[in-house]
Amino acid sequence: MADASGIVAVQGNRRTVSRYGLRFVALGYLLVLLAAPVAMVFYRSFQHGVGPIWRSLTSAEARSAIEVTLIVAISAVVLNTIFGVGAALLLVRRRFPGRHLLDVLVDIPQAVSPIVVGLALILVYGKFGFFGSWIERNGLKIIFSLPGMVLATAFVSLPLVVRSVAPVLAEIGDEQEQAARTLGANRWQTFRRITFPSIRDALAYGVVLSLARSLGEYGAVTVVSGHVVGKTMTLTLFIDERLQNFDQTAAYSAAVLLAIIAMGSLLISRRIRTRSRSSS
Amino acid sequence: MSIVVRNVTKTFAQFEALHDVSVEIPTGSLTALLGPSGSGKSTLLRVIAGLDTADSGSVYIEDRDATLLPPQRRQVGFVFQHYAPFKHMTVYDNIAFGLTVRKAGKIETKTRVNELLELVHLEKFQGRYPAQLSGGQRQRMALARALAVEPRVLLLDEPFGALDAQVRKELRAWLRRLHDDMHVTTVIVTHDQEEAMEVADEIVVLQDGRVQQVGHPHDVYEHPANDWVMSFLGPVTHFGELMVRPHDLDLAHEPSDGALRATVVRVTRLGFETRVDVDANGVPIYAQLAREATARLNLEPGTVVYVRHARGEPVSVAAAVGASWRPETESDDPPFE
Amino acid sequence: MLIPLGAVIWKSQSNGWSDGWHQVTSPQAWAALKLTLTISVGVALFNLVMGTVIAWVLVRDDFPGKTVVELLIDLPFALPTIVAGVVLLSLYGTRSPVHVNIAYTRTAITVALLFVTLPFVVRTVQPVLIELDRDMEAAAASLGASPFLIARRIILPNLVPAMLTGTGLAFARAIGEFGSISLLSGNLPFRTEVSAVNIYNQIQSDNPVGAAAQSTVLLLIAFVVLFALDRLKRWGGRRG
Repeated sequence: MADASGIVAVQGNRRTVSRYGLRFVALGYLLVLLAAPVAMVFYRSFQHGVGPIWRSLTSAEARSAIEVTLIVAISAVVLNTIFGVGAALLLVRRRFPGRHLLDVLVDIPQAVSPIVVGLALILVYGKFGFFGSWIERNGLKIIFSLPGMVLATAFVSLPLVVRSVAPVLAEIGDEQEQAARTLGANRWQTFRRITFPSIRDALAYGVVLSLARSLGEYGAVTVVSGHVVGKTMTLTLFIDERLQNFDQTAAYSAAVLLAIIAMGSLLISRRIRTRSRSSS
Repeated sequence: MSIVVRNVTKTFAQFEALHDVSVEIPTGSLTALLGPSGSGKSTLLRVIAGLDTADSGSVYIEDRDATLLPPQRRQVGFVFQHYAPFKHMTVYDNIAFGLTVRKAGKIETKTRVNELLELVHLEKFQGRYPAQLSGGQRQRMALARALAVEPRVLLLDEPFGALDAQVRKELRAWLRRLHDDMHVTTVIVTHDQEEAMEVADEIVVLQDGRVQQVGHPHDVYEHPANDWVMSFLGPVTHFGELMVRPHDLDLAHEPSDGALRATVVRVTRLGFETRVDVDANGVPIYAQLAREATARLNLEPGTVVYVRHARGEPVSVAAAVGASWRPETESDDPPFE
Repeated sequence: MLIPLGAVIWKSQSNGWSDGWHQVTSPQAWAALKLTLTISVGVALFNLVMGTVIAWVLVRDDFPGKTVVELLIDLPFALPTIVAGVVLLSLYGTRSPVHVNIAYTRTAITVALLFVTLPFVVRTVQPVLIELDRDMEAAAASLGASPFLIARRIILPNLVPAMLTGTGLAFARAIGEFGSISLLSGNLPFRTEVSAVNIYNQIQSDNPVGAAAQSTVLLLIAFVVLFALDRLKRWGGRRG
C-alpha cells in the first residue's frame, strides 16, 4: 500500500514543500474567511459577560421573536417531512412521465434567491395574487402573517429532506416492501413497518438540516412577513430590526444564539451520519 | 541477473510484511511469486517497482541500485489486479500514456500504440472508455499500456485474480505465449499454485514474509523444502507419519509390504479421477485414483483395502531447518492486502 | 408538493413582456444585474480553486485539528445569512479590531459571497477524491509520470465533474444571496447593489412588475445552471 499522499516520490524536499504550501493556503484562507470572524462575534458578544446577552435575549421582543421562529420553523419542518418523504417515495418508487424533470426541479429552492421565493408567494397568495381574492373572501391571511412565513420557510428547505431520504430509498430497494405486500400488508402498514424504519436515520438527518435551515431563513421571510414586532417577527428579522435601531448588543446576542444552534445542528447531523454508517 | 533483492525488510504499522527477503530473478525469465494472502508477495513486488520503499535492504535492477529510485525512474511496467485504468481516457490514450509522458512524437506514438493494440487484440476498441470494456479486455489494455514504454522488467500483481475462471485460463496461456515472444523479464504475483506452475519458469514460494523455496515448478512440487510448501503446492494426505500426495497412493484388496489396512469411507467421482476416503485406524487418508482403477477395484463404503505408496518410498518432507508446517487455518488478512 | 413549485413558475409569467424587459434594463436594475453576475462568477471561480485545495488538504493531508476544520467547512451552510453578515461585519466592518473596514464596498459583497459559497466545491469534490483509485496514480508513476503530471493528467480530470457541479451550485447560490450582502454592502445603488436587493426594493416600493421581471432573469439563470449540471451528471455517468 502506498503511503499517505498516494504519489510516491522519494525526493523528500519537493514533496514536503508542496504539501506544507497547500496546507498553509487552505488553512490560511479558512482562518481569514471563516474562523476569525466567527471567533470575533463570540468574543464581542461575550466581552462583557453573559449578562447583557441574557438580558437582550429575554426581553419581551426577543422572546416573542424566538417563539415565532419556533412556531414557523417547526411547522415548516413538519410540512417538509410529510411532503419530502412523499416526494422522495414518488421519485424513487414510481415511474411517470416527467419524473426526471421533477428530480431536477426539486433542487430549485437551493438555486433560487430567497427574495424571489418571497415574491413568488406574494404574487400567488397575496391580496392581488392569483388565489388572493379567494383567500380574502374566506377570511384567511397568508402573506404578512404566519402561514405565509411557514410556506416560505418550507419551500426553501424542502430539498434537504428529499435529498437525504431519496438516495437511501433508492439504495435499499423495494424488495422488502414487495415482500411485505405479498404477505398481506396494505400501503400504510408497509410504510410504517418496513419503509419508515429503514429511512429513519436519513430522515432524522434531513429533518435536522431542515430545522437548522428553517430557523435561520431570512431572505424569503423578510419579504413575506409584515415585520410586526411581536407577531410576525422571527429571530433573523429581529437581528435586522435591532441593527437598524443601533442595538448592537441585542443583534449580536441573537446572532450568537443562532450561530450556536447552527453549530449544534451540524454536530448532531454528523453524529447521525456516523452512527447510521456504522450500523448499516 | 535482471533483478536482485537483498535482505529486504518491510513493516507496516506493527505488521512485518517482509522479513530479510533475498531473491534473484534471472534475465528474460518468467518468475512467479507464489504464496497465500499476507505472505508478502505483493509487497515484494511493489518494493521492486518502487511503489513502496523497503525499510532496509537493497534492490538492484539490471545491476543498477534502484533502492531509492522513485517508480518513475525504474523503467518497470506494472499491471494491477484491478487494472487501474485511467477511467477518463480512451483505450488508445491509456496505452499511449507512457509515450505521451515521454513526449514521443505523434507518428511514433501512433505506430507503437497500434502495434500493441494488435498484440492484445483490442484494435476495434481503441476509442472506447475502460468502463465500456469487459474485465479481460481491461486487463489486456493494462498490459499493453505497461509494455508501451518497453520496460526492462514487467511486474504483474495478481493480474487475473479479478476475472472469471475461463478468462483467467485463457489470459494465462496468452501471457505465457507473449513472454515466449518478447522475452521481457517478468515477475507475476499469484496465490494460485496452478497458475504459477503453468506459467512460470521459476517459482519463489513465500509465506509470512519469508522465502520458503525457489525453484522450477517441477522441483518445488516434487521436492518441497518443507511440509508447508508441500501442502500449499498441491493436495496432500497422510500416510502413517508422513505427508504424501494422494495420487501417489494405491489401493489393493490384498495386503503387501508396508501397506496400511483401512476401511473405505466414501467414494466420490470427480470426472476422470475418483477420490476415495478411507479410515486407517482412526486416521483419515484419501487417495486419488484414476477412473479405471476404481472400476477394477469395485470399492464400496465398508470394504477393506490396503493402502500402499506407489513410489515405494514416500516423497514427504526433508524438513527445512526451522520451517515447520502449521495446521491449516485461515491466515488473518493483513489490513491492506 | 408541487404547489409551491408551480407558484414560482406561474409567477414568472405575471409580467407583461415588453414592460418587463424595460424594467430589467432600467439603468439601476441593469447595473445591479451586471454587478451580481460579475462578482458571482468571480467568487464561484475563486472558490472553485480554493475549494479544491481545501478538499485535497482534507483528504490527502493530516494535521491536528482536522476534525474541527471539517466541521467548520459546513458552517456557512447552516448559518442564517444575516448571521453570516453579522459575523463578517464584526471583524471586517466599521469597528474592526484589525482595522480592515470593507463595509459599503464591493469587496464586502465579494467576501460575503466567498463566505457563503465556500462549502459547495469542497463538499462535492471531497467524496470523489476519497473514492479515487490510488492505483491509477501508481500506474502513472510506473509509466514515468512525475507527481505534478500525475496531478494534472490523472487526478484533476477525474475531479472535473465534481468541481463543475460545485461551482455551478456556488454560482446559483451567489446570484441569489441577500441577507449577508444587504448587511455588509450598504446597498448603494449603482455601486454595491445586488440584484436580490434591487428586487427587494422593488417589492417594497410596490413595483411587482419590475421585481418579477428581474426575478425571472435570475430564475432563468438558475434553471439553466440546474439543467446544465444535470446534463453533466449524466455525461459523467457514461465515463464511469
